[in-house]
Amino acid sequence: MRGGAPGGSAKHAAIVRRPFFWIIALVIAAFAVAPLLGNDVELRESLLLAAVYITLASNLNIMLGYAGYVNFGSIVFFGLGGYLCIYLMGSPGWPLVAAILVAGAGVSLLALLFGLGILRLRGAYFALGTIGVNEAVQAFVSNFDPWGGSSGIYLSTELFQALGGPMQALWSIYFLLVAVMGLSLYLSYAIKSSKFGLGLLAIGQNEDAAAVLGVPTALYKALAYSASAFLPAIAGGLYFFKSAFIQPTDAFDLTFSTEAIVIIMLGGQGTIIGPVLGGYFYEELRGWLLTSETFSHFQLVVAGVLLLLIVLFLPGGLMGWLHGRWPKLRRVLE
Amino acid sequence: MTALLELDGLSKSFGGVRAVKGLSFAVEDGEILGLIGPNGAGKSTLFNLINGVFMPDSGRLRFRGLDITGTPPHRVAKHGLARTHQIVQPLEAMTVIENCMVGACFGRENLPRAQALDTAREAAVFVGLEDRLETTAAHLTIAGKKRLELARALAAQPILLLLDEVLAGLNPTEIAHMIGVIRRLRERGITILMIEHLMQAIMSLSDRIVVLNSGQKLAEGAPAAIANDPAVIEAYLGDPALARELQQGSGDERRAP
Amino acid sequence: MSGLFASIIDGVLVGSVYGLAAMGLTLIWGVTDVVNLTHGSAIVAGMFGLYLLTSTGVPPYATLPLILVGGFLVGLLLYWICVHRVIGRPPLMSLLSTFSVNLVLIGLGTAVWGTALFNVPVALPSVSWQRYTFPGTHILAAVLTAAIAGCLYVFLHRTRLGKAIRAVANNRGAAELVGIPTTQVLSLAFGLGVALAGVSGMLIATLFPFTLLSGDAYQLKSFVVIVLGGLGNPTGALLGGIALGLVEGLSTPFMPVSWTLVIEFVLFVIVLIAYPNGLLAPRRA
Ligand SMILES: Nc1ncnc2c1ncn2[C@@H]1O[C@H](COP(=O)(O)OP(=O)(O)O)[C@@H](O)[C@H]1O
Ligand SMILES: [Mg+2]
Repeated sequence: MRGGAPGGSAKHAAIVRRPFFWIIALVIAAFAVAPLLGNDVELRESLLLAAVYITLASNLNIMLGYAGYVNFGSIVFFGLGGYLCIYLMGSPGWPLVAAILVAGAGVSLLALLFGLGILRLRGAYFALGTIGVNEAVQAFVSNFDPWGGSSGIYLSTELFQALGGPMQALWSIYFLLVAVMGLSLYLSYAIKSSKFGLGLLAIGQNEDAAAVLGVPTALYKALAYSASAFLPAIAGGLYFFKSAFIQPTDAFDLTFSTEAIVIIMLGGQGTIIGPVLGGYFYEELRGWLLTSETFSHFQLVVAGVLLLLIVLFLPGGLMGWLHGRWPKLRRVLE
Repeated sequence: MTALLELDGLSKSFGGVRAVKGLSFAVEDGEILGLIGPNGAGKSTLFNLINGVFMPDSGRLRFRGLDITGTPPHRVAKHGLARTHQIVQPLEAMTVIENCMVGACFGRENLPRAQALDTAREAAVFVGLEDRLETTAAHLTIAGKKRLELARALAAQPILLLLDEVLAGLNPTEIAHMIGVIRRLRERGITILMIEHLMQAIMSLSDRIVVLNSGQKLAEGAPAAIANDPAVIEAYLGDPALARELQQGSGDERRAP
Repeated sequence: MSGLFASIIDGVLVGSVYGLAAMGLTLIWGVTDVVNLTHGSAIVAGMFGLYLLTSTGVPPYATLPLILVGGFLVGLLLYWICVHRVIGRPPLMSLLSTFSVNLVLIGLGTAVWGTALFNVPVALPSVSWQRYTFPGTHILAAVLTAAIAGCLYVFLHRTRLGKAIRAVANNRGAAELVGIPTTQVLSLAFGLGVALAGVSGMLIATLFPFTLLSGDAYQLKSFVVIVLGGLGNPTGALLGGIALGLVEGLSTPFMPVSWTLVIEFVLFVIVLIAYPNGLLAPRRA
């Protein structure tokens, strides 16, 4: 276990030994414990949404923050994962855990195949291509009869019995979603600390120079695209299992992936804790706006204004600001 | 005995512009081969052909006896061929050491990340960036960025190094430093193919020189012979200052072996 | 057979209007290096411009100059709000800044008008030729498009200002060196691009019903057109639009309409991968 040269910096100690590993653990613990204190169901529902946002943003960040590719349609992973999971739990009657794992793996594989094609596009072309992928998949699913076409799939709420009844099931789904969020953060961290991550960051800075330096750009981008699909697909499975219903307009709602972009930029692109800060603040803001009568219709307007202000005046997001203010923080909070 | 790198009838056109036309020459193991020629002669394009950025329209490339024609750049790098860019291409938001780690991780040795750190640091120190290891590349001076280009290529531990005008835009002190670095590279046994406009430097550094004009080989030989080749002087006549420098540079070569 | 022929001709007529929208997008892209994701809103703004102006009694085609001028002014404003500060920054930033303004515009629009279907009735006699009949609106839209495209060509190639725009598109640094005020030129090009998008939206609204969310579909069409016609090439955009119109004309008799967007998207990806410089772009140095 004693890798690294004598006097090798803490930066290259095993991941578990670094303080940041435990900071992430703390975030997960806070999510798990907070609603349990006082059995606060309302807090749980708000944190559940935050966990979904953080999961989407954190995985999207692998493409956007590391590799520099804007994926406007990342919600397609979430929606397809939801569909696969709900479908498998329906007539074939699979148990939840098997269904979400297969959904995750299946969507990841599909993303790898799609990625090898669509990632030959760069910049704006790729960004538009991702919207197109989402549109195409939505159009396909809306016409796909085994998945109920445009009216979607309902699950019997009987299925909640396997998780100890509806009340208990909601808690179980919540904890599973928090676990998925935690895994997303660790995945982001593991990738960023790896050789793979170094290659992605190089691609994000200058793709041609990265290739000349030996980074297998096409393969790495496709792998990143595929990796960023796995956990959102599982989150989609859990999310739609919770409502026991899925339909195309909900599953492939671009609003969700747009908000994930806002969250990344708010927290700080390319950082690991950024999506947590962004997701938490965004969900708080949203919760606050929804209770206000005038603003509840303006969710996307607010998201748009927020995004514009960040891009123009705080391009590094909250983490960029913190790092600029206290450079030492860079070593602790990544 | 085959040469380290063999070019056989390489050609490349961009639309109507024939940038490289049927070019053949070889780079021998351990030498410094200088590549000179007027602006637009096709020198940089040739580098892009060699390391796979462009696919040649025709012709073959052999590196250590292996046919690498049409091999994509990231695989060429793995074979032990590294390069610098005429227009520097730093990974701007990354630090000097991180830039070099990319070279070390994905170069010939394909090092794991933990081991790449030492190689990267050594390369950065070798070119004189020891005070700048944690500086983000965007904040380097132009001379610093030129050094970074070289350090990154070195971190890949290449067998053959392609240098595209690493001296351009440097002041005399920086030039002297860079020339020292190139000499030490040769002592390490790295073969170098270098493009340079600074005649004095290239005449004194190179073992042999290839002259390119309008995408074709105009002359090939020892620096002294090249400097006195009427065809070469003719090609540079559009630029009398360069032609004069060409002849002075060869005089230098005899003084400083 | 005759149905197909009529469908093709109509596709060409309608496609030219798509080409007009794409000219706006490609002009901005070519000159400022910014991919304008407010393009869809600009098209929708043109549609609603027609709707609002006609409902106050302005004759439909008299709205064209008003929308052209209004679109130009709005474009200038947009340039200063969301583009100026991201000029020269990584492309990610301009993508996100224009995207965010698009969100705001569409969000505000839906708050006011909802997402209901609007239709502006334009009474024009249709034109019969042999056994075929073509709606007058389609013909007039194509004629107006051709006229505007012609004016744009003359402006870009014959006037001082137009030449300055092309110089900046070619090489901003060099243009600056010879004393061209690049910021003014950039904002001007942006305004012009938005104005073209607005007018094309207005013309499209004389052909088809629309909603506040129609922008996305037409924006995608503009991108397909640009990909077909070659980036930064307004003439190519017109040809690309006609090509797309042909594809639509050929496919509509055989496909459900809900698939049109998917087909166009697949076309977009395939053409991009096979011909990164554009299918119709002349192969020159
Ligand atoms: N990517 C490219 N596209 C089109 N033309 C190019 C490209 N790269 C180089 N050229 C042309 O090829 C010729 C040779 O250029 P280059 O190899 O850069 O010359 P040198 O490095 O000798 O100055 C020039 O005429 C240049 O304009
Ligand atoms: Mg050159």
